Amino acid sequence: MNWKRAALATLAAAPVLALFAFGFTRNPREIPSPLPGRPAPAFEAPVFAAGEPPLAREVGDTLKLGDLAGKVVVVNFWASWCLACRDEHVALSETAREYAGKPAQFIGVLYHDQPASGLRWIESMGGQSYPSVTDERSRIAIDYGLYGVPETFIVDPSGRIAYKHIGPITASVLKFWIDSLAPAPALDTVPVRSGL
Amino acid sequence: MKARSLVAAGLIALALWLPSAASPQDVSATAPAAAPGNAADADLEDRTTAVASTLRCPVCQGESIQDSPSQLAQDMRELVREQLRAGKTPEEVRAYFVGRYGEWILLEPRMTGLNVLLYVFPVALVLGGLALVVVLVKKWSTPASGTE
Repeated sequence: MNWKRAALATLAAAPVLALFAFGFTRNPREIPSPLPGRPAPAFEAPVFAAGEPPLAREVGDTLKLGDLAGKVVVVNFWASWCLACRDEHVALSETAREYAGKPAQFIGVLYHDQPASGLRWIESMGGQSYPSVTDERSRIAIDYGLYGVPETFIVDPSGRIAYKHIGPITASVLKFWIDSLAPAPALDTVPVRSGL
Repeated sequence: MKARSLVAAGLIALALWLPSAASPQDVSATAPAAAPGNAADADLEDRTTAVASTLRCPVCQGESIQDSPSQLAQDMRELVREQLRAGKTPEEVRAYFVGRYGEWILLEPRMTGLNVLLYVFPVALVLGGLALVVVLVKKWSTPASGTE
């Protein structure tokens, strides 16, 4: 073994090692979505879980994404068989209630599940403040490039997908996106606090 | 001697090429039987199978939506069928899924940009290896003139 051979072997091994070093630091399950920045796929779907006042919609009503232009829309895909959905349930429900009356709308989309199971789940979780719709033959899910549940999409007031969240979402992430995307309130509607 | 090494190289090349040539796009043999006597339905089923075989099932490991029994794959297959029935071309249907899931959804990467390397590199590697074998066989089979 002379130094030339050693150098050649090192040279040959270097790119392979570099490739491994790169590959093993990446999460193979994390696949970049082409959707953020693009117009959110339109959908209309029937409400099966009404939600609670003041955010409630009547069961059977059709929720259309197109009708919600000008608002930040949070589209959350969930299922009663999804364990991780339990972790985010309170954050979603509470944040939605907190943003009632502001230009924000939360929509739950039931994924691969029966409405009856979904309703039972909502009841067992202590209610859901915002309405949920059914997704016939997973059309909405496929349109949104869904891999699994939970996944949450934040649609900006112009109808573009601003952010896609895989896995349980937290209140701080929701608030960050809604606050940064919501249109600034008109001057005359800004609440004036007494004593200021 | 030279002829023999050439034949050997040829055989190696054939052995390497055959498996890839034999792995066919044609999976229509596994397509579910369409309603008998309805040629249009059978044709749509064939085209659906052809497109579905090229799309990756998002909730599986390296399986196409044609092969996967999962609910999502079934729904996606149904959507492929519907889009083809509506007159979309196979390429348009694939483009729809790429727009939603990214290039990842294609089981075979497109031959554009950096992806070309995926196709060219293995072939270059095999050709280089073959050249090496031929050179070495030649070298070994020529009677040594010196004291190697």
